[in-house]
Amino acid sequence: MNLTIITKSPEETKNLGKEVGKLAKRGDLLAFYGELGAGKTCFIQGISRGLEVKDYVTSPSFTIINEYQGKIPIFHFDLFRLNNAEEILELSYKEYFYGEGLTVIEWAEKIEQFLPKEHLKIDIKFKDRYQRTISFIPQGDRFNNFLEELSRIENIRD
Amino acid sequence: MSDLILGIETSCDETAAAIVEDGKKIISNVVASQISIHQKYGGVVPEIASRKHMEYIIPVIDKALDESGKKITDLSAIAVTYGPGLIGSLLVGLSVAKAMAYAQNIPFIGINHLEAHIYANLLEHNEIKPPFVCLIVSGGHTSLVYIRHFGEYKLLGQTKDDAAGEVFDKIAKVLDLGYPGGPITEKLAKEGEPSSIKFPRPLLNDKSYDFSFSGLKTAVIYYIKELKKENKNIPVSDILASFQQAVIDVLVGKTIKAALKFKTKQIILAGGVAANSLLRKEIKKKANLLNIKVFYPSIFLCTDNAAMIASAGYYKFKENKKSSLNLDAVSRLPLERKNQ
Repeated sequence: MNLTIITKSPEETKNLGKEVGKLAKRGDLLAFYGELGAGKTCFIQGISRGLEVKDYVTSPSFTIINEYQGKIPIFHFDLFRLNNAEEILELSYKEYFYGEGLTVIEWAEKIEQFLPKEHLKIDIKFKDRYQRTISFIPQGDRFNNFLEELSRIENIRD
Repeated sequence: MSDLILGIETSCDETAAAIVEDGKKIISNVVASQISIHQKYGGVVPEIASRKHMEYIIPVIDKALDESGKKITDLSAIAVTYGPGLIGSLLVGLSVAKAMAYAQNIPFIGINHLEAHIYANLLEHNEIKPPFVCLIVSGGHTSLVYIRHFGEYKLLGQTKDDAAGEVFDKIAKVLDLGYPGGPITEKLAKEGEPSSIKFPRPLLNDKSYDFSFSGLKTAVIYYIKELKKENKNIPVSDILASFQQAVIDVLVGKTIKAALKFKTKQIILAGGVAANSLLRKEIKKKANLLNIKVFYPSIFLCTDNAAMIASAGYYKFKENKKSSLNLDAVSRLPLERKNQ
C-alpha cells in the first residue's frame, strides 16, 4: 500500500514524524526525498521525539552524519553536500544502513543504488507555504506492514 | 623565554598552519583554502576535503615554518583541532600533529574548534576580560556562550536546526549564486531594501537563547518559488537584504538579551558569519546605547585559521594541559569546561 498525508503546518509534520518514530525498529531505513525547505529535517525531528531523544536534532548538512541516542540509536544522514554516490563509500555507510539503529537519510535520491532492498521512501512536497503533501512508498514487506500500522493510527488522515 | 606554538587546523575546508608567540603575536599564518575546489558543488564535499587536506597539509606546515624564520626545534608545543568538524578532515591534521609532536618530543594539545574561535579575539584585543557573552556563528554553528572565566563555558543556547551560515549557503544555492553564500549575499543585499519583504524572525521574542533558522529558510525559498511559478521577476537584492536583516535581527536581539541578563559589559563575536559587516554594525549600535563594548576579530581571523588554534593551545600549554596521543577526532564536540 501507499499512503499520502497532507500536513498543514511544520508542527503537524513533526507530529506525523513522531508517530513514525514510535513505530520504528532497529535496522529500519527511511529514505527522504524533497527539495530545500520541504521539511525533511522537521519530520526527522518528530521521529526523534517519538524515540525520546533528548538532544537537539539539527541539520547535519555540515557533518553529513549525526548520531542520536533515543530508545534506539538514530543515524541521521544529510547528503545535501554529496556530489556523487560513491562518496558514501567513504562514510562506512553499511555499518549504519545494516546496523543496530534507525537510519534516516535526507537527499536519498543521491545514493539510490546503495539503499537496501527494504526501506521506506518518504517524499515531501510543497502544497503551499505551510502545507505539505507527504507520500510514503514502501519497499519490501516490512514497510507494507509498517504503513498499515501507521494508517490505523487515529487522526493520521484528515 | 617566549613560547612558540604551532597551530594546525583541518576541521572543514581550510588547511591551515600558524606559528604564534606567547598566545598573542602571529609570526606566520598560512591558510590554503579549498573554497574554489568546492565552489562548483555548492558546498564542502567531505571526501574531496580530506583528500585535499592530505595534499596540502605538509606544504602548508612547511610554509608556516619558513615564513616564521623559525625551526621545528624552536617549537614549544603543537596544538591541533580535534573537533567538531568532518571526521575525515579532522583526522588529517590530528595525525600529522601527533606524529610531529612525538618525533620532536614536545607536548601535543587537542583544541576544540569552537573554543579557538573565541580565542581568535584575544590575538587582537588585549582588553577582553571575562565575564563576557560570545556569539559563535558560522556555517556549522550558531551558539551563544557565557564565559565567566577563560576555560569555563556555559552554553546558553544554540540552533535547533540550521546554523546561520548554513542558511546563507542554502539560500545562495537556491538563487544560483554559488558557494559560500555569506559574502555574495552581503554584497548583493547592499543594493536591496531590507524592509521590502517581511520574513519571519524565528524565536526572537522567545524566552530561551536558542535559535531556529529553518522556518526562515523555508519562508525565503517559498517566496522565490511562488515568484517563479507566476513567471515574475525575482528581486534578488531585495530578497537577500530582507533575509539578511531577519537573520541579523535575531542574532543581535538574542546576544544583547544575554549580555543584559548576565550583566556583562563585553560582547564577543566569533566565527565566519562574524565577518558580516551589517551584523557588526547593528550589534555595535545596540550595544553602544547600553554601554556594552563589542569585539570581533579581523576578517582573516573570523574564518577558519590556525592562528586561533595556536593561541588557544598556548593558554592550555601554560596550564600544562597536554593531550594524550590517543586523542580521537570528534565530529560533534560540545563546548565544555573540560574538553580533553
